Amino acid sequence: MSKKAESGLKVTVYTPKSSLSNPIIMAKALLSDVYSSRELAWRLAVRDISAQYRQAALGIVWAFVLPLVNTFTWVFLSQSGVVTLTETAIPYPVYVFVGTMLWQILVDSINAPLAETTAAKTMLSKLNFPREALIVSGIYKTLFNALIKVVLVITAIAFFAIYPSFSLLLLPIGLISLILVGTAIGLLITPIGVLYTDIGKAIPLFMQFLMYITPVVFAMPSGGLAEIVFKANPFSYLILTIRGWITNTPVEFLDGFILVNILFFIMLLFVLLIYRLAMPILIERMSS
Amino acid sequence: MSNEVLISVNNLSKKFSKDLKRSLWYGLTDISKEVVGISEKSKDNLRKTEFWAVKDVSFELKRGECLGLIGRNGAGKTTLLKMLNGLVKPDQGDITMRGRVGALISLGTGFDPILTGRENIYVNASILGIKKVEIDKKVDEIIEFAELGDFIEAPVRSYSSGMVSRLGFSIAVHMKPDVLILDEVLAVGDAGFKMKSLNKMYEIMNETAVIFVNHNMATLSRVCNKILYLKDGQPQFFGDNVLKGLEMYLSQFDDEQGFIDYNGKGQFNELVISSNIDRGFDIKGRPILNHGDDLIIDFDYNLEPSCGLHELSIVISNKDFLTLAFHKTGPIQNTASGQNKARIRIPKLELTNGEYSITFKMVSITENDELPENYATYRHWKKFKVEGLNTFNSVPFMVSGELEVLS
Repeated sequence: MSKKAESGLKVTVYTPKSSLSNPIIMAKALLSDVYSSRELAWRLAVRDISAQYRQAALGIVWAFVLPLVNTFTWVFLSQSGVVTLTETAIPYPVYVFVGTMLWQILVDSINAPLAETTAAKTMLSKLNFPREALIVSGIYKTLFNALIKVVLVITAIAFFAIYPSFSLLLLPIGLISLILVGTAIGLLITPIGVLYTDIGKAIPLFMQFLMYITPVVFAMPSGGLAEIVFKANPFSYLILTIRGWITNTPVEFLDGFILVNILFFIMLLFVLLIYRLAMPILIERMSS
Repeated sequence: MSNEVLISVNNLSKKFSKDLKRSLWYGLTDISKEVVGISEKSKDNLRKTEFWAVKDVSFELKRGECLGLIGRNGAGKTTLLKMLNGLVKPDQGDITMRGRVGALISLGTGFDPILTGRENIYVNASILGIKKVEIDKKVDEIIEFAELGDFIEAPVRSYSSGMVSRLGFSIAVHMKPDVLILDEVLAVGDAGFKMKSLNKMYEIMNETAVIFVNHNMATLSRVCNKILYLKDGQPQFFGDNVLKGLEMYLSQFDDEQGFIDYNGKGQFNELVISSNIDRGFDIKGRPILNHGDDLIIDFDYNLEPSCGLHELSIVISNKDFLTLAFHKTGPIQNTASGQNKARIRIPKLELTNGEYSITFKMVSITENDELPENYATYRHWKKFKVEGLNTFNSVPFMVSGELEVLS
C-alpha cells in the first residue's frame, strides 16, 4: 500500500491486516507492480538466460533436447511395432514432434513460477521488490525457449513437406494460451510448493501421467473410457488446436479451446492475488 | 528538511514458530486465512511452539538521525529490519515508511554469482526500482567507491565476502535512499573500507534516516544518535542517550563469569580490588573508584616452591571485553612455603566512567624470547566501577595534559 505524501515522498504502510480487506487498492497495487516490474523482469530474464548458457557446454540444445528424445522414443516404438497406435492425419514423426514440443512449452510454463520463486529465495529474503517480476521473468524465459522450439518445429514440418497455411499465423496465440494456462497452474501450486518440496518433486511425475491422457503422442481416441478422459482433459483442446494450426489440419474443438482459455485467464487473475498475499508469509519461512 | 519523520513504528510485534513442520503448516493456514480475508483475532495469540520474535516495539526516526539497533544474536534485530523493509508482515502494530528505502539485510544482497559485478549493479539497482539512465550516471562512482578495480568485470562468485559487501554497501549508499537500513554490513570489510564507509555514512546522514546494526560499541557510539536495545524481542531501551543504551546492553554480560586457566603449579587464593579512598561498593558488590584515585590490588597466592622467580600481571578490559591496559610487576622471588602476598598500586587512575574487569596472571620469568610458562590466569575475574568523570563520549581514558597559552 503506498501513496504520495504532500512532501512528494512515497509513503508505505505495513499492517497485519489482510490486503484483501481493501480489494480495490490491492488490485491497483497488483496491476501497477506487474507494470512497473517490466524492466526488472527483463533484466532478470536476461541474467538467467545468459547465466544458463555461460555454464552449459551444449547451450541452447537443452531447450529442445527433451521433446527430441521423446519423439525418437515414440517413433521407434511405433515403427518397430512394440506399440500399435491409431493412424494420424499427418506423418507420425511430425505428429509426435509437434505434440511433444507444445507439451514441453506447457510443462515449462507450469514449472516456471515455482522454480523462479525458489531460485530467488535469497533475493526475496533480503530485498523488497515487486515479486510479480519473478513471474514475468519466468514467462520471458519460457518464451525464449519456446521460440527456439518453434524454429525447430517449422524446420521439421518443412522437412516433411507439409505446407503451412495462413493458420500458422495463429501460432503466437497458441503460444500465449499455452503460457497462460501453464502459468495459472504453476502459480496455483507455488505457495504450497515453496513450503513443501514434495510439490516440486511430484510435478514431473504428474505431468508424465498427464501427457498420456492428452493427445500428445497418441491420436485422440474415439469411443470408450479413453475418449471421456481425453475430452475431460483441458490440455487436449490446447494441443489439438495448436497442432492443427501448425500442421494445417482441420481444427475440431475450437470452442473448447476458447472456453479453456477464458477459464484459465480468470484463474490466473485469482492466483496472482493469492501469490501476492502469500508472499510475505512464504518469505518469513525462507532462510536467508 | 530534517525534523521530517521518515520511519514511525507503533507497537510492532511478530511471532515465529520454533518447529519447522508446524511453521510450514501455520504458513499454509495463514495463507488460506489471508485469501479468505479473516485473520485479525488469531494473530494476538501464540499457537503451539510459537514465540514473540519482536514484541511491542515503537519508535520514530527523523531525517538526519541514525538509530543503532543492538541486542544479542536472536534478539529480533533482523526480523525487525525485515518488517521495516516490507519483507515480512507484522502480526501486530503498524509501520509507516516515507521515501525510498535502501536496505542491506544480512550480507550479500541477492547478487547473482555467475554475473559480473557490473551486471549485478544493474540487476540490483533495478530491483531497488531505479531506472537504467539513473544507474548509468552512477555506475562509475559505485565501482570506484567499492574499490573493485578490474574485478568488476569478473563473476561475483570469484569475489571475497569483503568484496561482496563492499559492492552491496556502495550500491545502497549511492542510490540516495531516504531510509537506509544496514544490517552488520561493515562486519567483514577491512579497516580501510570500514573507515571509508563510516565517512560515507556521515556524509549521507544529513539527508537520510539510518538504521544501523553493529556489534562494535565504539563504532555505534561514534555514528549513532539514538539507540534501540532489544532483548528477546522486547525493547529494553530507546532514546538518544547512546552511552546509557550501550551500557544497558553490555551490562547483561556482567554475570558472565570469568574463567580460570592454570597448570596446577600456581593458584590465586584471594584477589581484592580497592582504592586509596574508600567509596564503597555498587549493588552487585563491586568496588567503586573515582577517576584519579589509586587502584590497589592485593594478591594472596600459592606457587609450588620448585618454581622460583615469577611475575604477576594484570590486564584491564572494558565491558565490551576490549583490552585497555596492561601492567606487570617484574621478577618476584617465591617464598619457601610457596605462600605469597603482594600488592600492586596503580596511581592516579585515568579510566573514565564505566565498568571494568581485570584479568590476573602469574607466569614464569624467561630469558630471551622464550615463551613464559603460565602458572595461572584468571580471566575477567574481578570487576570494578569508575565514577566521577563523565566524558559523554565513549573513550576509555582521560589523560592529563598541560596547557601553555602562547601569544
